[in-house]
Amino acid sequence: MFWPLAALYLCWIAPERGWWFPSEAMSPLGQRIDDLFYMILIVTTVVFIGTQIALGYVLWTGARRTDPGNEETTWFSHGSHNLEVMWTIVPAGILLYIALYQIDVWREFRMRPYFPQEQMTASLTRMGVDTDVPGDRALAEVTARQFEWRIRYPGFDEDGNLLPLMTDPQPTDLYTVNDLHLPAGVPVMINLLSGDVQHSFFLPELRVKQDAVPGLVIPVWFQAEKSQTYDLLCAELCGWGHYKMKAQFVAEPEQEWLQWLRELHELQNEDGVEETDE
Amino acid sequence: MSTISPTVDTHAGHGDDHGHHHDPGFVRKYLFSTDHKVIGIQFLITTLLMLMVGGALALGVRWQLAFPWESMPFFGPLFASQGGQISPEFYTMLFTMHATVMIFLVIIPILAGAFGNFLIPLMIGADDMAFPTLNMLSYWFMWPAILFFGLSFLFGGGPAAGWTSYPVLAALAEAAPGSGGAQTCWLIAVTFIGVSSMMGSVNYMTTIINMRAPGMTLFRMPLTIWSMFITAILQAFALPVLTAAGFMLVFDRLPWSVHSTFFVPSGLVVNNAEPTVGGGQPLLWQHLFWFYSHPAVYIMLLPAMGMVSDMLACMSRKPIFGYKPMVYSMAAIAGLGFIVWGHHMFTSGMNPALGMTFMISTIMIALPSAVKVFNWIGTIWGGRPQFNAVFLNCVAFVSLFIVGGLSGIFMAAVPVDIYIHDTYFIVAHFHYVLFGATLFGVFGAIQFWFPKMFGRTMSDTIGKWHFVLTFIGFNGTFFPMHLLGVAGMPRRYADPYLHPYLEHLLPMNQLMTISAILMGFAQFLLLFNFLYSMRFGEKCSRNPWNANGLEWVAPSPPPHGNFESVPVVYRGPYEYSHPDHSDDYWLQTEPPGAQPGAKPQAAPA
Repeated sequence: MFWPLAALYLCWIAPERGWWFPSEAMSPLGQRIDDLFYMILIVTTVVFIGTQIALGYVLWTGARRTDPGNEETTWFSHGSHNLEVMWTIVPAGILLYIALYQIDVWREFRMRPYFPQEQMTASLTRMGVDTDVPGDRALAEVTARQFEWRIRYPGFDEDGNLLPLMTDPQPTDLYTVNDLHLPAGVPVMINLLSGDVQHSFFLPELRVKQDAVPGLVIPVWFQAEKSQTYDLLCAELCGWGHYKMKAQFVAEPEQEWLQWLRELHELQNEDGVEETDE
Repeated sequence: MSTISPTVDTHAGHGDDHGHHHDPGFVRKYLFSTDHKVIGIQFLITTLLMLMVGGALALGVRWQLAFPWESMPFFGPLFASQGGQISPEFYTMLFTMHATVMIFLVIIPILAGAFGNFLIPLMIGADDMAFPTLNMLSYWFMWPAILFFGLSFLFGGGPAAGWTSYPVLAALAEAAPGSGGAQTCWLIAVTFIGVSSMMGSVNYMTTIINMRAPGMTLFRMPLTIWSMFITAILQAFALPVLTAAGFMLVFDRLPWSVHSTFFVPSGLVVNNAEPTVGGGQPLLWQHLFWFYSHPAVYIMLLPAMGMVSDMLACMSRKPIFGYKPMVYSMAAIAGLGFIVWGHHMFTSGMNPALGMTFMISTIMIALPSAVKVFNWIGTIWGGRPQFNAVFLNCVAFVSLFIVGGLSGIFMAAVPVDIYIHDTYFIVAHFHYVLFGATLFGVFGAIQFWFPKMFGRTMSDTIGKWHFVLTFIGFNGTFFPMHLLGVAGMPRRYADPYLHPYLEHLLPMNQLMTISAILMGFAQFLLLFNFLYSMRFGEKCSRNPWNANGLEWVAPSPPPHGNFESVPVVYRGPYEYSHPDHSDDYWLQTEPPGAQPGAKPQAAPA
C-alpha cells in the first residue's frame, strides 16, 4: 500500500523532468486556466493524501487487531449520523466553490457577449481595416480537413488597404495551408470550420481547444503573449491520419503580420509574366 | 455436487438429480439453460475470454506508442504486407475495438450479466429470475454481437471511428477505410448488445421488486442488490436512446435505406467524393450517444461498488458503515448521472451556456462518490480485516477509485477541461475508474463468489500474486498517463512523436508499455486460477467466508431452484460481530432467539 507515496513522488519530480505542461501558458486565459488547474490540484492532493492516510490507518489498526493474542473486540457500528452529515456538507461546500469559481473564465472564453470586441476592433482599426463594415472581427477562417488546416485571410483592396474578412470567399482572399499567422499581443479571432469530418483546433501552449464541427462556423478568440511559433494540432479523431495534422501558428507583431500578409498577396497575385515596356 | 462446466464446448458434466427439478439434459442444462446460475457463469466465462481479447488489442496500442513503427515480436509477421508495422489505419482500429470490447463485451456484461444473474436470485432468496427464458435470450443475444464485431474486421480492416463513433467520420463510408461495412457491422453489434442488456435489465427489476423472500424488505437487501437494481433502472431509461441513435446512423449510412441525413450536413467533400446533401447535425449524435454513455459509465461502476461494499463488510467482520447513506448516494449518482452527459462536449461547439450547468451537475456528482469512499473507509475502521485476495482487491478498488474520482474534478471544471480534453489525462481518468475500480472489484468478486459458483475455492496464494502483479502493472501503466495528459499528449495518435514537444515522452511511454505487458501476463494467473480451481480447487462448505447473505444458506453450488426451502429473512445482511451473538456473523435467515450460534440448516455434504 505504498503506491500513494510513489504517485506523489512522481508528481513532485514531474515538472523538472519535463512531464508537465509543454510550456507555461502563453495566453492570459491560459494562465487563468493553469491557475484553476493548480487550485484543483491542491484541493485534490489534500483530499488524496487525507483519504489514503485514513485508509492506511484503518488497515494498520485493523491488522494489529487481528494479531494473535490481541483481545480488542471489533467495533460494532452501523455508522454515525453526525459523521455522515459532516462528510456530506463539507465536500458539498468545497465542490460547489470549485464549480462556481470556474464560471468567470469560461464566460470570457466562450460566451460571445463577453468577447473582447473593443480590443479586437481597435486592433483592426490600427491596421487600417474599415470597421464600419458589418461582420465579424475575425482575422482568418480556418477550415480543417483530412488531414490539413486550410486558412483563408482577407486580402487588400486596390489602394492597398486590408479588407475585413467576409463570410463568403472573396476573389481578393489569401490562402495558406498548415501555416496560421496572426498578430501577437492582442486578442484575435478566427472562424473555425470543417470541410469533412470533425476535427479539433488545439494550441497546447495557449491552452486553446475547440472542435471544428461540420456544418457549423465557430468563432474562437485567443491572445498570444509572445511573438513566436506555436504548435497547432488536431485533438479529435478524424481518421487514420489524425496524428499528422500538424501545423504551426506564428504570432508576430501587428505590422509584421500585415507585412507578411502583403507578401502573401504579392505571391498569390504574381502571374509570372514579366512586364515589358511594350 | 458435480462441477458445473457451463462453457459452450464439450465439457461433459454429469447431471445429478436436482431435487424436484427433473434433469434437463446436456443441451438444456449447459447451452440453452434457463437457470440463472448457469447463465451467470456463461456470461462470466465469455466476458473473461473477451477480457483477454480486449487486453491483447490494448497491448497492440501500447506497443505502437512505445516502439512506433517497429515490428511487434511474435505478432509482427501477421502484418508482413506492411513490413510488420502497425499501420495508422490498423492503430485506429486497435483502440476503437479495444474500447468496444472492453465496454460492451467485458465490463457491462460481467457486472450485470455475470454477477447480476448469478447473485440477484440467490441474494434475495428467489429460486430463479422472474423471466428465465428472457434471461437465457439475454445471454444468447450477446453472440450475434460478438459475431458482428468479429465480422467487422473483414471490411477494410475494422471500424476505426473510435468507440464513440462520431459522425461524420462514422457516417460516410468515404471518410475512412473502416467507415464502410465495418462501421455498419459495429452498429448492428452494439444494437444486439443493447437488446441483450435491456432483456437483463427488465428481468432484474421485475425479480428484485417481486421475488424477494419473506422478510427481505427493501432496506434489508444487500448493497449488491441495491446497486444491481439501480443499474437496471439506469439501463432501462438510457439504452433506448442509444438504440434509436444507432438506427438513425444506420439509416444515414446504408445506400439502399431511407437516405436520411440525421447527422450529415450539406456541402462536405469527404475524401474527394461528391459533396454531401443533407442538413443534419453531427452534434445530435454526440448528445444522443452521451445521453446513454454517460449513465453507462455508472452502469459500469455501480454494481462493482455494491459488491465491494458487501465484500468489505464481510472481510472486515463489521457492519457496513452507513447503509442508508450508501443506498441514497448510489441513487444520487444514478439520478445525477442523467444530467451530466454534456461534460463530454465542452469543446464540441454546443451552446457554451450549457457548459456551466453541466459543469455544476458534474462536479456535484463527486459528492455521493465521496460519501461512499468515506463509508468504505468507515467500514474497515475498527474491524478485523482478513488480508486475503478478496480484501486486497477491494481495498485497491477504494484506493484507486479515489484517484479516478479526484481526477474527474479536473475535467468537470470547464476551463481546465478545455486544455485536458482529448489528452491522455482523460485516458488516465477513465482507466482508474473502469479498470482501477471496477475490474479490481470484479477480481475480488470472482474470488469471493467462486465457491458458491463451483463449490470449490480459488487459490488465495495465486490470487494474491495476481493482485500484486496487476496492481503494480496497473499503476505503472496508468498513473503516468496523468502526466502525459498534462504534457499535452493527445489521445488516439498513432505517432505522437511527430510533434517535437512530445518527443521527450517516449521513455515514459516505454515504461508504461512494459508495465502493461506485465499486467497482461498477470491475467494468465487469474485464468489459470479460475480454470484449475473449477476442477481441482479445495472443496468448500456452504458458507466458507462466514458471511451473512442468503446466498450462503444455499448449497455450494446451489442446485436448480437454489434453496431447499423458502428462506425467511429476519435481519439485514451486515450483522457481523454483533455483541448479542456468539458467532461473529449472523445469517439473515437465523431466527431471533434461536440457540446462539446454531446453524439454521443442516451442514452440507
